[in-house]
Amino acid sequence: METVLLKYADKKEPAWIDEYVKDGGYKSLVKTVEELTPRDVIDEVKASGLRGRGGAGFPTGMKWMFASQDPKFPKYLVCNADEGEPGTFKDRPILEKNPHLLIEGMTIAAYALQSVMGYIYLRGEYPGARHILEKAIAEAHEKGFLGKDILGRKFRFDIKVHMGAGAYICGEETALIESLEGKRGQPRIKPPFPVNSGAWAKPTIVNNVETFANLPYIIGIGAKAYAAIGSADCPGPKIFGVSGRVNRPGLYELPMGVTLKEIIYEHCGGIKDGRPIKAVIPGGISTPLIMPDKLDCPMDFTSLPKYGSLLGSGAVMVFDDTVCMVKVYERAIKFFEHESCGKCTPCREGNGWMRNILSRIEKGKGTMKDLETLKSVAGNIVGKTFCPLGDGSASVVLSLIKNFESEIVYHIKHGKCLSAGA
Amino acid sequence: MTLKERITEIKKNYPSLQSAILPSLYAAQEVYGWLSREAMREVSEHTGVPPAEIKGVATYYAMYRNKPMGRHVIQLCTNIACMLMGAETLVEFLANKYGLAPGKTTEDGRFTLIIMECIGACATAPAMLVNEDFHENLTRENIVEIMERYK
Repeated sequence: METVLLKYADKKEPAWIDEYVKDGGYKSLVKTVEELTPRDVIDEVKASGLRGRGGAGFPTGMKWMFASQDPKFPKYLVCNADEGEPGTFKDRPILEKNPHLLIEGMTIAAYALQSVMGYIYLRGEYPGARHILEKAIAEAHEKGFLGKDILGRKFRFDIKVHMGAGAYICGEETALIESLEGKRGQPRIKPPFPVNSGAWAKPTIVNNVETFANLPYIIGIGAKAYAAIGSADCPGPKIFGVSGRVNRPGLYELPMGVTLKEIIYEHCGGIKDGRPIKAVIPGGISTPLIMPDKLDCPMDFTSLPKYGSLLGSGAVMVFDDTVCMVKVYERAIKFFEHESCGKCTPCREGNGWMRNILSRIEKGKGTMKDLETLKSVAGNIVGKTFCPLGDGSASVVLSLIKNFESEIVYHIKHGKCLSAGA
Repeated sequence: MTLKERITEIKKNYPSLQSAILPSLYAAQEVYGWLSREAMREVSEHTGVPPAEIKGVATYYAMYRNKPMGRHVIQLCTNIACMLMGAETLVEFLANKYGLAPGKTTEDGRFTLIIMECIGACATAPAMLVNEDFHENLTRENIVEIMERYK
């Protein structure tokens, strides 16, 4: 499989427009405006089977269809570049090294959706990417790929970069829209969905960076060829970002459906010092653990739920037997406590309770009653919050208890950790 | 450009005045170094959004500063990937060597340390941002060398 998304990832400098065009860039945009109608593009994306790469895996073509059927104009296009899920660093190489791939993808989407204005909602932690994107946008304007009369047609589209300011929840699309509107980023109730009433109450299409970055490739090779890559029900290339106790942590662009075992042992060279795997987080810290006996699971949106987890952002975190799982989840829940927007009581209060209990247990001061309370609090968050933040934090605590109850009990009874590294 | 001129430019990017708040707060922070009451009042004046609304937004987001910062702001990640690779020992090290505690500024006003959630450098952990620059694969040795570059 050719490398599409990470094509320039190892280079020191971003691929600026001359290099990008020389390597065949913007050909898909030319093909789009010269050969396809907006409806053709939507049909092509639907036929490709592309599913959103932000974490939820919603079929992109279907989202576009909903937005295009709404009679309201203007329609806004928003790129979610707020990758904040801990363990996730997959969009950064696209933003920092391959900015024109994103711009080309967004412009193809704008043509299909008849949108004239796009925003890249970029996380505040990536200030370098902002300068790169703004320079790349200016380059695209100069060459006629953005602006008025794109490629000499009656087609107008512009992109602005909007910086986030360090709120994880703004990765959730309705919180992102609130933040784009200049408000505190707290999720909205759905429906209405953003495709009908999003930014400034207009139809708004929010797609992830990697989703947009797949579009030039889909138009380039055609939906049929794209649909043949990887898993049948969610095809295409996917970036997996691997961190933790592996020999070669890093980013790997692989077909959807590659097994976790192949990622860890073939691409990442196995576990440091040849130690055994204790557990793996497959898709960022809000996805439940995969245990070592399930490493044959295919990494895609439809397979992981069968293994009790989720693909999420494809952020794989690997733990070996030196790692204390209580400590890992104390840190994880500290994150969720900090990032809860405060709107829903179960999430706002529950994460604080869970973090307190995990801290006590980690410090060797927990009791068996604490374990019961932890189960009860987690159980009372699931399904009782507005957005998936609370569900995520509670479900990973439940996953910790399910898989590592004996380790937690050991902590409580002996006041220390069972793991080899402790 | 003055802050007023910058905010006038920012407003052109959005169909509503309120949308200009986040970028205007960043602009004010650049000018004043942090978001003092005065800085927030100025943002309110130039955007036409009430001061209470401005303060509500400014205090919600982690990257707006509610007190003066040092000349160089170190944002060190301690989330799981960085924690596994020793970020906590770096926090201790900075406290011992520079007297730099989380959330605090060195006495000479040179550095402020902010503990971050994941900054997206998980395969090259532990990592930090100094001002706008990423520094990755940190060790006790190279962190000293890196900090020496920021006077």
